[in-house]
Amino acid sequence: MALDRWIALSVLLISIAYGYAAFFTMDGSLPPFMQRNPIWPSTFPKALSVMAIITSLIILLGFEKGSGGPKDGEINYRRLGDYKIGQATALLAMMAAYALLLRPAGFLPSTVLFLIFGAIVLGERNYKILIPIALFAAGFIWYLVQVVLGIFLRPWPFFLGV
Amino acid sequence: MFEGIMIGLTTALSFTNILMVIGGVLIGTFIGMLPGLGPMSIIAIMIPVAISIGDPSAALILLAGVYYGAIFGGSTSSILINAPGVASTVASSFDGYPLARKGQAGKALTVAAIASFVGGTIGAILLMVFAPMLASVALLFHSAEYFALMVVGLSAIAAFAGTGKVAKALLMTILGLIMATVGEGALFNMPRFTMGIMDLQSGFGFITLAMAMFALPEAIYLVLDPKRSKNEAGTEIKDLRITREEARQIAPVIGRQSIQGFFIGVLPGAGATIASFLGYAVERNIAPKGEQEEFGKGSIKGLAAPEAANNAACTGSFVPLLTLGIPGSGTTAILLGALIALNVSPGPRLMVDQPEIFWSVIISMYIGNVALLILNLPLIPYIAKILAVPRTYLIPFILFFTMMGAYIGQNNATELLILVGFGIVATILRFADYPLAPLLIGFILGSMLEDNFSRAMQLYDGIGFVLQRPMTMGLLVIAVILVVLPSYRARRARLRAKGVADGD
Repeated sequence: MALDRWIALSVLLISIAYGYAAFFTMDGSLPPFMQRNPIWPSTFPKALSVMAIITSLIILLGFEKGSGGPKDGEINYRRLGDYKIGQATALLAMMAAYALLLRPAGFLPSTVLFLIFGAIVLGERNYKILIPIALFAAGFIWYLVQVVLGIFLRPWPFFLGV
Repeated sequence: MFEGIMIGLTTALSFTNILMVIGGVLIGTFIGMLPGLGPMSIIAIMIPVAISIGDPSAALILLAGVYYGAIFGGSTSSILINAPGVASTVASSFDGYPLARKGQAGKALTVAAIASFVGGTIGAILLMVFAPMLASVALLFHSAEYFALMVVGLSAIAAFAGTGKVAKALLMTILGLIMATVGEGALFNMPRFTMGIMDLQSGFGFITLAMAMFALPEAIYLVLDPKRSKNEAGTEIKDLRITREEARQIAPVIGRQSIQGFFIGVLPGAGATIASFLGYAVERNIAPKGEQEEFGKGSIKGLAAPEAANNAACTGSFVPLLTLGIPGSGTTAILLGALIALNVSPGPRLMVDQPEIFWSVIISMYIGNVALLILNLPLIPYIAKILAVPRTYLIPFILFFTMMGAYIGQNNATELLILVGFGIVATILRFADYPLAPLLIGFILGSMLEDNFSRAMQLYDGIGFVLQRPMTMGLLVIAVILVVLPSYRARRARLRAKGVADGD
């Protein structure tokens, strides 16, 4: 089964769960005065779930002809190994790490680390340029956002106060 | 009226005021490039500065410069790195980014700047002429009509329903609508589909989703396939100028979309986003067959249409603000706050009691527009050079800016995890050739669609409003035509190719 039909299958499962919630569980907690309304919080989701189930079935059962093989310039997912999948995964993992570190470690250290290691993962080895640029960029953005725009961004790790 | 324009011009053209507008445009452009900081937040940030100036017209001129600068800056990030930070520039990235990938970033930015300028100019002229009359038309639009207007806006997805993609585009739209139902709606005071997670109480963030659908998959693609980083035409930036031929192509598009965008912008709540999607959909539908294929792959018409419509609509949103005192969009609501702080109260009496303020608002909006064009056209080659930065630096910075965009709006680190998760899902969807733009369109329009539909249902006690209100019916018919027409045309073209007669 091709990837687009696997996706249709997962959307189908999501919309069945969504539809189940809309049709059977949501209305239970509806206060009596709202039950007289012509429209309930579940009305729109009910309609959406039915439409989503029908559309995903159309794709899943293959009623619509596919658009053929991968086009030029697009990535052929069947040969993911030929691409730099390791680099992409590493960068995504670093983004998740950045999200978890941002609060406890502070904006400046986590940003500098992210920019430096991101470039290293992509093959940059000229540290004499890389490190100053990362320091400057992190400092500049912090100055812009915190001092000029007045949006709070904790600069340093939690144990240094602020 | 003429006298008023002269008063406005003499105030706006003093030396200090020109410095104000130049400063405003530069600040707006550079901050607007950061995804996540749209015109609304930048104006909000600049209000204390503007008020401390003291003189209402100088303050307004500064804010007008910031406003137009921010709109242009937002388009820049959606054209160059496919990261639309504001809902109204999402449509600009459909064709702007493919153009930039073809090595025509400079040209794309020029088209965007000129289309915005003309959109703003035509909008300003229409504003001067029609403002008092339009105020009463805007009041004719009720929830039922808004609902129908959103449906027309959704028909923009037909533009993505290329060969063999109709069901996919439709499924993505519905998925976007489903995602819009997560969180607390405006009309029902109960959280829906949050699965007990507190962070989902207010729904998914627009910027998070925009970054996850557009910028992140593109960055991952750039990592996966290093060949993509090199533009097909090499890294040098060429073709800054628009040829005479291209100018002739986009002139009617810009003209039509400026007028259409202005009138959509007049309706409070519809605003620039709908205007840009609709502009894109309409232009795609009326383009000749050969050019229709180009849409989404780097058509300058497809870039000019949303840009012109978006700017004209921003000008149009001043009609209800200045004549009724009703802010039609988030940005005008903030400007209303600024006006009140400057001791000006917009409303029906403004034109009678303080004509000099009324006109200086309009003239300053226009001066902001002109200053933007004059300042930014020479800057475009340098802005476009961003793409010439080596990929080992460019990609970490793009990823960092997408995360900043999602973070500073909410100050919530969970938003970043949602961003990464959706980014991965979006990349997989893109592998399987699902179009991602319909999902975002569905998400943006979803909550407005549901709110207006529910309000209309409550007011009319049932679905009967569709039949009772002719304007609603008319708009819904237009939506059906916009969706059906492309596939009908394609079908007829196929039949004709097979040699089947058209029939009468």
